[in-house]
Amino acid sequence: MVDHAGHVYLPGELICNLKESEKTSKILVGPGLRQDEESIIVTKCGLLRFKEPNFYWIDSHLKRYVAVKGDPIIGIVAAKAGDVFRLDIGSSDLATLSYLAFEGATKRNRPDVKVGDIVYAKCMVANKDMEPELVCIDSNGRSGGLGVIGRDGGFMFQTSLNLIRKLLSSDCILLKTLGNGMHYECAIGMNGRVWVKAKSVSHTIALCNAISAAEYMSNEQIKAMCKKLTNALAGF
Amino acid sequence: MRETPLSNCEREFIRKALGERKRLDGRQAYDYRTLKIAFGYDRGCCRVDLGQTRVLAQVSCEITSPKQQRPSDGVLFVNVELSPMASPVFEVGRMSDQGVEINRILERCLKESRCVDTESLCIIAGEKVWQIRVDVHVMNHDGNLIDCSSIAAITALAHFRRPDVTVDGTDVIVHTIEEKDPLPLSVHHMPICVSFSFYEQGKFLLVDPSDKEEKVMDGKMVIGMNKHREICSLQVTGQMLLLKDQVLRCSNIAVVKVTEITEWIQKALENDRQARSNGERFGFREAVVMDTVTTNQMNPEKLK
Repeated sequence: MVDHAGHVYLPGELICNLKESEKTSKILVGPGLRQDEESIIVTKCGLLRFKEPNFYWIDSHLKRYVAVKGDPIIGIVAAKAGDVFRLDIGSSDLATLSYLAFEGATKRNRPDVKVGDIVYAKCMVANKDMEPELVCIDSNGRSGGLGVIGRDGGFMFQTSLNLIRKLLSSDCILLKTLGNGMHYECAIGMNGRVWVKAKSVSHTIALCNAISAAEYMSNEQIKAMCKKLTNALAGF
Repeated sequence: MRETPLSNCEREFIRKALGERKRLDGRQAYDYRTLKIAFGYDRGCCRVDLGQTRVLAQVSCEITSPKQQRPSDGVLFVNVELSPMASPVFEVGRMSDQGVEINRILERCLKESRCVDTESLCIIAGEKVWQIRVDVHVMNHDGNLIDCSSIAAITALAHFRRPDVTVDGTDVIVHTIEEKDPLPLSVHHMPICVSFSFYEQGKFLLVDPSDKEEKVMDGKMVIGMNKHREICSLQVTGQMLLLKDQVLRCSNIAVVKVTEITEWIQKALENDRQARSNGERFGFREAVVMDTVTTNQMNPEKLK
């Protein structure tokens, strides 16, 4: 049994002796890994991550988003085309969002969406040969926080996909620690876009910079930064 | 590739922040981002970082025949490349409008201000002259390409050394670096472009706009100036009307900025000269900041 986790891999490398689940003797491979008959091949360069009992994936530094089904993402409405809105989600293709995929929307009661609005949506169809398709409702027809955001202020900025995964991981204390010092709202899209809104412009700018700066910080450094930031903002 | 559209939310926020005299990166309205100048191993190779914007300029020379109208003048040629490396919006091959604009401004700034003495580039009048070529490659685009390129271009010109030549009748001998020390170009003065972006019909102005600020602006003014307070070029673009005192105020700001930047360039050139003459290490390798994490890090492996 070799411990692979935490090592750098390059595309094309073969990985052997991965830890299998004891019950099913199976391995689950995530992004960056692919099964080729009997072996597992690396398809992206980055660090191999492992999670009990049998999950493996490659953690790589990316900026260009590739749509994945089920991801919450922030899109910018680029055009209205008949029955659908076309959204820029930062991937190679525009995504489509049906006007019926909003809470309470019917054929008569169209949602109020303008070109240039930002929409927090979930990715429903992500196929490598097709346009991604987005929705703003869950299976019960509820919005659950999805929909047009940023109408009443706030700021959206782009970060690396790495940072997004870090922010959303349960180990990261950044958002919580920032919340101790000030009140804010935020929406995090897996496509690298973060929308934040605090009570004033300077607070929002400070939040944006704090989030972007946290990419390579440890939890202790984040705590120190948040403390400094809260003190500085109190002095505004 | 398509450009990412600017959302209404970002536009409104940047405008609102400007109204409160605030910028996204915490700068004041008249502040430049951090300027870094690094030189390559070869002469005439200069990389300039202005915040996240990064431009590389390379100067090269060759012997050509002069233009017929000016038989005793050398030729200065400026070429700007916007590669997709800088921003996915830029395309290979075809020169975009933005590329043409930057190229023209640089050409006007460098050629028509006569900052490089072209007469000293003449070898045999009417037959052979030096052609100095400045290639400006944009490596990352985060706004204000014009200022960054103009700093890179003029610094590279000042850093460049051309081979010495001796003329023996009609024969021209180009000496290698080992035979004779290469000669610097005679750079009379350093014209530097300073960009101003305007908002709300010229009510607010920002120096050194970032990419997002450039997308929101109403118009832009570029002042090319040297440290002797001589304006070498001036260009206004966009849909807005400017008042006379706004233009005057900009030129006064430009004086301060140009002085600062010229000093910075001189300091960088002097540091490089000392490193070269003292036999210390120089080149881009020295400009790399070590001991920083720039991407995912791996714990060191144990020796087996």
